[in-house]
Amino acid sequence: MDENQPTNPGRRGFLGAASTAVVGIAAIPGIPLVALARAPDVAADDKSRWGILIDTTKCGTDCTACVSACNHENGLTGHNRPETDAQWLRKVQLREKATGRVLSLPMGCQHCENPPCVDVCPTGASFRRADGIVLVDKHICIGCRYCMMACPYKARSFGHEEKHDQKVYAPRGKGTVEACTLCVHRVDAGKLPACVEACQKEGQQAMLFGDLKDPKSEIAKRIATEPTRQLREALQLNTGVRYQGL
Amino acid sequence: MKNIVFREMKETGRGYWLVQALLGVMVLVALAAAHYMETEGHWVTGMNNQIVWGLPHVFAVFLIITASGELNLASIASVFGKAPYKPLSRLSALVAIAHLVGGLMILVLDLGRSDRLLVAMTSYNLKSIFTWNILLYNGFIVLAIVYLWTMLERKLNPYTKAAGLGVFIWRTILTTGTGSIFGFLVARDAYNAAIFAPMFIIASFAYGTAIYLMTLETLSYWAARPIGDELMARLKNLLGVFIAASFYFFLAYHLTNLYVVQRQGVEYFLLSGESIYSKVFWIGQIFIGTVLPLLLIYGPLAQKRLVIYLACILVVVGGLSQMYVTIIGGQAYPLTIFPGYEVSSTFFDGQVGNYMPTIYEAMLGIGGFALAALLVIAATRMLPLIPASLKDADLDECLAKKH
Amino acid sequence: MSSTRLRVAGLLIAGALFNVPALTYACQVPKPTPPMARCEHSGEKPCHCVEDLASIRRNHMSLILHKRNLTMRQGIRTSENSLKECIACHADQRPDGSYIPVNDPGQFCQSCHAYVGAQPDCFECHATTPADPPATKH
Repeated sequence: MDENQPTNPGRRGFLGAASTAVVGIAAIPGIPLVALARAPDVAADDKSRWGILIDTTKCGTDCTACVSACNHENGLTGHNRPETDAQWLRKVQLREKATGRVLSLPMGCQHCENPPCVDVCPTGASFRRADGIVLVDKHICIGCRYCMMACPYKARSFGHEEKHDQKVYAPRGKGTVEACTLCVHRVDAGKLPACVEACQKEGQQAMLFGDLKDPKSEIAKRIATEPTRQLREALQLNTGVRYQGL
Repeated sequence: MKNIVFREMKETGRGYWLVQALLGVMVLVALAAAHYMETEGHWVTGMNNQIVWGLPHVFAVFLIITASGELNLASIASVFGKAPYKPLSRLSALVAIAHLVGGLMILVLDLGRSDRLLVAMTSYNLKSIFTWNILLYNGFIVLAIVYLWTMLERKLNPYTKAAGLGVFIWRTILTTGTGSIFGFLVARDAYNAAIFAPMFIIASFAYGTAIYLMTLETLSYWAARPIGDELMARLKNLLGVFIAASFYFFLAYHLTNLYVVQRQGVEYFLLSGESIYSKVFWIGQIFIGTVLPLLLIYGPLAQKRLVIYLACILVVVGGLSQMYVTIIGGQAYPLTIFPGYEVSSTFFDGQVGNYMPTIYEAMLGIGGFALAALLVIAATRMLPLIPASLKDADLDECLAKKH
Repeated sequence: MSSTRLRVAGLLIAGALFNVPALTYACQVPKPTPPMARCEHSGEKPCHCVEDLASIRRNHMSLILHKRNLTMRQGIRTSENSLKECIACHADQRPDGSYIPVNDPGQFCQSCHAYVGAQPDCFECHATTPADPPATKH
């Protein structure tokens, strides 16, 4: 923000202080970034690329705040059939074979830049939005599940039964494929994805969300200065989700 | 062939209606199963979020591969000019169409949203090999019908060679596409290999020849039409060569994977004998599908028609086993997302996928075979597709013109 | 000759039988009387319809179709032609304040669609009631 000496000290000084305060508050993870909300009539564009940074050293082994938040936000009700129940986000427990080191991390759709699921979808239902969010257009999904075969992260679930009581902003149905939407309905309104918000409030602050293309965003700064990696980076899919401590 | 008389199979008599009724019931049962899966949702099947393609796809991909391979026999005549195979061309084109239709029926009915078939046929993502397969399958049916038409219609006979070449090229692209459905997937250790394309082509030759031979023997026996020994010998030897060639490709595939450390995990899973898939591989694909048929085809009993028929059945069992190992075994092995780590989660990361096929999937798969058989039997009855006699003496003119 | 007559008679009988369900059941589908939209959602009094009756009846499908692609692919979330907004106004409320699904028998979408015999696909996936608690128009 502009820090030049104001000619009208009273009002400009106030504005300067207020805008600094807004930036300062916005820089604290967890506070809804209202300034980043896109107006409803404006299309998403490629000037932004949304991503998440997950610090596995902070992720609690027994904590499932992100998963619970995701399930609640998107109306993912289980039927006590874990093999067919949808799981958009799951906690993965890891144990390094060579050293015995134990860690855990949340994993869902990685929102790749070159998503195999988008390549293989026969109807074009699986697509990547301009700002990097990978989605399923359930209007034209025929339920062939080829994208589920193709996903290197097993991120997608299939609608194995009729759905009821869907959330208004998270339509989901039988016979179509679904996955983490990066809470696109929240992101468009300038809010954090439910998992990130839950991690900030109830978890261990292991998740950070932001615009990878904005050099001033916290996530971009951290990725530029600290070592982070993508999962299965050898596939060169350039994922939007990154991990630390792995 | 001026002296070859093609004739409709009216000799099948009243038994024809009984057989068609039985097959019709099997198709209806398949439709009922599909309807149940569609209305209840796929939770009633054995397929889940770990194993997304199951028994229906095993049957469907097998039928599609077989269809492509069956046309090979007609191509040998029309494209490669081998006269002895000319009398077989019409049936070859017909069974190819029938088996492709049967396979497609299974695939379409298994879709989560089968009611969106129109969407699938109008909205195309041209980067998807699946899209190309949809286009190729439809085009194949059209081209094969045109090819058959050039053979049936006297005036169009001069165009048979051109149509045959067109179909041959199309079929090669189609089977390459079907193999690439798996070959193009980077995600899974069992897939992601260029060899899938030629492997499926050679496998199609074996399965297609086997089912063609079975069909020919069955129909000829039913209609009491003779098949000459020389012709049978040619066809059984052809089948033997294709079985061996197919084995070679799978050998190359597995040997390469065994060499690459990254792939040793999945190879152990598929070959060690511990998992169900490795048992199906060794017993089904190798022993029943490769070793036994070769012994029968090249052994001392090879002149007996029943022995050859048995060899064909074994090849089919082997083919279905191979598809089971490839499609389901390939999915069952967990994804390698964290090499060097032991992995577990509520979403079955790091665990072998569990797949227990249900009766609905089996009914749907069998229904595809039944539909193909129904179409073949109906078409051979109504159209002059099979020569009145395939005795060597009657085919002497063809056999004499050996190229 | 007689076989031809038999065939014709058979066709006529089959045709008649085929039409029996249409002739008997056609009278049983009630003319649609969907509940009126709730005005308080729009925040204005008196509220008005988004389009005139004739054109919305004819065109609502293409309006929704076009909007869904804009929302899905480009993230445009205006209330114009939004399915969510349709439901927000047109979902009926019970005396206790809870909403009745719009595809329940006799409700807004279902009553007309049952009459014309065209099953809408929307509610396989989309919520049939507005978000709780009722939101004001934004």
